[in-house]
Amino acid sequence: MSNKETLTGAEALIRSLEMENVEVMFGLPGGCILPAYDPLLKSSIRHILVRHEQGAGHMAQGYAHVTGRPGVAMVTSGPAATNMVTPLCDAFMDSIPMVCITGQVSTTAIGTDAFQECDTVGITRSVTKHNELIMHPDDIPMVVRQAFHIATTGRPGPVLIDVPKDVLQNTMTWSWPTDEEVIASLPGYRPTTKGHPKMIKEAAKLILAAEKPLLYIGGGVLKARAADVVRELAELLQIPVVTTLMARGAFPDNHPLCLGMPGMHGNATAITAMQKSDLLINFGARFDDRVTGKVSTFAPDAKVIHVDIDPAEQGKVRKPDVPIVGDCRIVVEEILKSVQELLAEGSTQVNIDPWRSKVSGWREKFPVAYDQSEPGGRLKPQFCLEKLRDAAPEGTIVVSGVGQHQMWTSLFWKFNEPYTWVNSGGLGTMGFSVPAAIGAKAARPDRTVWAIDGDGCFQMTAQELVTASTEGIHIKVAILNNTYLGMVRQWQEMFYGERYSEVNLAGCPDFVKWAEAMGCVGIRVDSVEEIDGAIELANSINDRSVVIDFRVEEFEKVFPMVPAGASNDDVLLHPSQESERGLLR
Amino acid sequence: MRTINSNNPFGDSHQHHVLSVLVQNRPGVLARVSGLFARRGYNIFSLAVAPTDDADYSRITIVVDISATPLEQIVKQLFKLIDVVRITELDPRKSVERELMLATVRIEGEQRGQVVELANVFEAKVLAVGNDAMTLSMDGTPEKLDDFEELLKGYGIVESQRTGRVALPNLEREARKGALKGKAS
Repeated sequence: MSNKETLTGAEALIRSLEMENVEVMFGLPGGCILPAYDPLLKSSIRHILVRHEQGAGHMAQGYAHVTGRPGVAMVTSGPAATNMVTPLCDAFMDSIPMVCITGQVSTTAIGTDAFQECDTVGITRSVTKHNELIMHPDDIPMVVRQAFHIATTGRPGPVLIDVPKDVLQNTMTWSWPTDEEVIASLPGYRPTTKGHPKMIKEAAKLILAAEKPLLYIGGGVLKARAADVVRELAELLQIPVVTTLMARGAFPDNHPLCLGMPGMHGNATAITAMQKSDLLINFGARFDDRVTGKVSTFAPDAKVIHVDIDPAEQGKVRKPDVPIVGDCRIVVEEILKSVQELLAEGSTQVNIDPWRSKVSGWREKFPVAYDQSEPGGRLKPQFCLEKLRDAAPEGTIVVSGVGQHQMWTSLFWKFNEPYTWVNSGGLGTMGFSVPAAIGAKAARPDRTVWAIDGDGCFQMTAQELVTASTEGIHIKVAILNNTYLGMVRQWQEMFYGERYSEVNLAGCPDFVKWAEAMGCVGIRVDSVEEIDGAIELANSINDRSVVIDFRVEEFEKVFPMVPAGASNDDVLLHPSQESERGLLR
Repeated sequence: MRTINSNNPFGDSHQHHVLSVLVQNRPGVLARVSGLFARRGYNIFSLAVAPTDDADYSRITIVVDISATPLEQIVKQLFKLIDVVRITELDPRKSVERELMLATVRIEGEQRGQVVELANVFEAKVLAVGNDAMTLSMDGTPEKLDDFEELLKGYGIVESQRTGRVALPNLEREARKGALKGKAS
């Protein structure tokens, strides 16, 4: 490439994205970003035109979730940028690598309250890992390189680039910075990836000495692509594993050591194993309040090994005995090596058979349970999920919204492979499912992608099914339709004396007709007899998206449940298991 | 007046900490730093910022009034800002701290002489003298400024402005409690 090549800022932006190996981006053009959409016409990048900017953001997230590569979204200034705030915050909370490009009014108009002007970098400062307003077209390649570097290294996260219209229109001399130049330009950014050798040795010793060890693995294991090493360590020492909401699939659910999800709506075994453990081996989880319950009574007898790439997570909630800052893959490999060395030198692991048999006992006594529907009664959402799960081809990617259906999916699906579960964990963004599923399917067209949604969530972002139809990205949507904001209804029933306030969504549109209007196949399921046929039909359709409207029982609740602020010891079990709760002591 | 320098007779556990934060000298960096304090619910007591001898960097001196545990968390969070290059916590006992104060004081008749005398004792400067008021400037340790301000109050302060402290480690002994290295992600 000639050093003297002159490009417009817009051309430089699109070329920079190509240089970063962007294959797919999600967006919607508008006034200030217009110049960037012209060179896109001859670019190798596939642009997916969304119906709402929030959809572009969640699609980019879905793409990033299943590939590990940064999702890219491009939208215009003002309202488009503010519509992007929710996905950015969602990506920030769940550490999803994402690069978002927003248009901005011309540099000469900034600060004048110009049409569609807003302080995008100011508004998004606290919901991004970093953001940058570009004031000169010459800076474009460097800022794009920095953005991808920052988004994908250390603790991943969203980075926003704000580009004024005249910066896109004016010309620049093309040059592509080297890796060294990028790193030198960020003197304050040096993520630690290698764990401290002394701490690693210390961790290995603690692990071998623990009588009731438990692997507590979080999203960091997936981000670091460490699932296989974690499994090797677990199998070597036969340590049981709990997988947080963000880590479902990081350890296979069909593995005998897997206890599933802990937390507010975790299963009784996973919750209790955490409470009774004497050593929590935390790889890439952050002691979220949904996991710990009341912190002062959380895992009271446990020592803690905490591996996290973000130093600020060390001691934020629970003070670790062995803090290790570093990349999960690198650190777990080192811990494994250290354990193997200790064993080779003649150290032995404490016998953990009594602990494992105790855990097995809980698992046998307290499976995730629900009451089957009476003959002729309403559908049970859990039953629908089991049917969907059993008919799903191997490698199916499941994407959920937020609420009861999300918790049921996490509890009843079997995630046996990493990167097959996509959801909004930290921010809890209703409406996440449909657009994120489209993003996941755009990344993995070879996979079946099921969006498991609620009727409340679906009505927030369903219009993106138009995007799916026009772009030929065919997903499948299962709405567990109970005509309620189900999780809120559950709380009102349990904690507000059944005083239901503004949770009834009766008057939902006809989802079948709505699906058809958006170019999808719509199927309604009212009775148990219709389930199999509907799922079979949905799975057989590959040239259109499919929406199944499961009309489910309205008053079904998610169990187990640790009420907000309560101790994990006081988990509410399914009513059929309450009489046995003494066994959890 | 309760200032951060006062020894609290009631055994207040609050302590002041001085953070010297080296940042890239770029637009918006102060907003990032102050926004982080606001977002995490911590108060900045005083703040002074200016470019260093190397114009690519600025130094922000932040005085915070919190106990050690949340301080550790806020320091770690600060590290995560891409523009933050280094954070040093300066132990007030092992560093030099200076602050500048401007004050306009009401004076009547012979009080003028008293105030000038006071200014001499404190090595303050008289910047302007009017019929019934006088403007003084003084730089010194924050504690000394507190004392001076307290005495001036007796005459009636019309207006005053302090800069917030700037600080550097003592030359002879490194005052770095921990030159907190190892950048965050």
